[in-house]
Amino acid sequence: MNKLSLLGLLVTIIRRDLLLAMRRRSDVLTTLIFFVMVVSLFPLGVGPELDMLRKMAGGIVWVAALLSSMLSLGRMFSADYLDGTLEQMLLAPQSLSVLVLGKILAHWMLSGLPLVLIAPVLGLQFDMSPDALLVMVLMLLLGTPILSMIGAIGAALTLGLRGGGVLVSLLVLPLCIPVLIFGAGAIEAVNTGMTIVPHASLLGAMLLVALAFTPWVTAQALRISME
Amino acid sequence: MLEVSNLACSRGDHSLFTGLNFSLGAGELMQVQGENGSGKTSLLRTLCGFMQPVAGEIRWRGESVKELAEAYFSEMIYLGHHNAIKDELNALENLQISTGLAGCEVDDKESLAALRRMGLRRREHLPVKVLSQGQRRRVALSRLLIGNVPLWILDEPLTALDVGAVDLMQELIGEHLSKGGMVIFTTHQPLQVAGVTTKQLMLS
Repeated sequence: MNKLSLLGLLVTIIRRDLLLAMRRRSDVLTTLIFFVMVVSLFPLGVGPELDMLRKMAGGIVWVAALLSSMLSLGRMFSADYLDGTLEQMLLAPQSLSVLVLGKILAHWMLSGLPLVLIAPVLGLQFDMSPDALLVMVLMLLLGTPILSMIGAIGAALTLGLRGGGVLVSLLVLPLCIPVLIFGAGAIEAVNTGMTIVPHASLLGAMLLVALAFTPWVTAQALRISME
Repeated sequence: MLEVSNLACSRGDHSLFTGLNFSLGAGELMQVQGENGSGKTSLLRTLCGFMQPVAGEIRWRGESVKELAEAYFSEMIYLGHHNAIKDELNALENLQISTGLAGCEVDDKESLAALRRMGLRRREHLPVKVLSQGQRRRVALSRLLIGNVPLWILDEPLTALDVGAVDLMQELIGEHLSKGGMVIFTTHQPLQVAGVTTKQLMLS
């Protein structure tokens, strides 16, 4: 028996969540299919005007990503809460924040990363230019982890509440608006031939701030919820 | 080692107990008794720090548990009503993950030995969802065999266990106490450990 390091704990928890998701694939697929459906419905509904589609593409992909990330938030801690694992996590002798960070990263790998990977394919439906596709993937890569991190706070606060799913969306969606604005703004900028640097730097800054604070805040919220 | 002084606890407006005092030293066993709803689980959860006491203090090795926080957690194991195991994983994976959360890394050999000791031979690689309630409880209890953690806090450890497993639990608790460990538990079943007098704590 060896003592686990903090990194070891992080790896353990990520591996555990990924393993659980592999055994229960429908959860991961629901988020992805929802994203694909919403994005694909727009070209069908709006009609085949390429100019308009190109203009709308960034916004639509970002709104769909935002909504589908809300869809999976409720599950972030609820299963662990119901079967008592969360109690054991609160007793983790190393650091609850690191453990929560692991859960957030695993959540992003399962709900954010698939969206990032499928987004360029969906972007083709909107006749996006290769440059815009690349920028979209980059921005999603920077932005979706922020959605998971802010969402984790909401998920932790609404743990065990009735109708928590709706409440978490009401709590978290307003906080995610800046991510939406700068994420979609970068795609708009590349379409109009402007630089994406300010948007990218702001998103990057938000990511770093979220990375530093949200695990700790979520850990405190979990302790409150468990009382 | 564990000292509780003047502890008061309440759920909402309802006061569960006040002025509770006890201490537990190395090699001592304590049973918490009381009717349903008298606050046994709340007491154990307070000892784990999930609930904040209304008044009073809990000390571990002379220092307040609240200040020790993670240093205290590394010296205790809590098993609650829920087994904290995942249906989708097998017994071995469950054991390794739950010890991982507790900050220990165990190899297959050690975990298999623990599971076999708990009477789960040939069940190690089955998904936990196909096991019976009693067998699931055994998976959860097998965590006690890993590592050398002094304080065990067990909430109804004997639920769903058969006669053989109850005997095994008595044996395990006996071994743990003889190594200088401490056990606090609640149960409605008789549990006797040879050569040890059980301290009784009555909540009313």
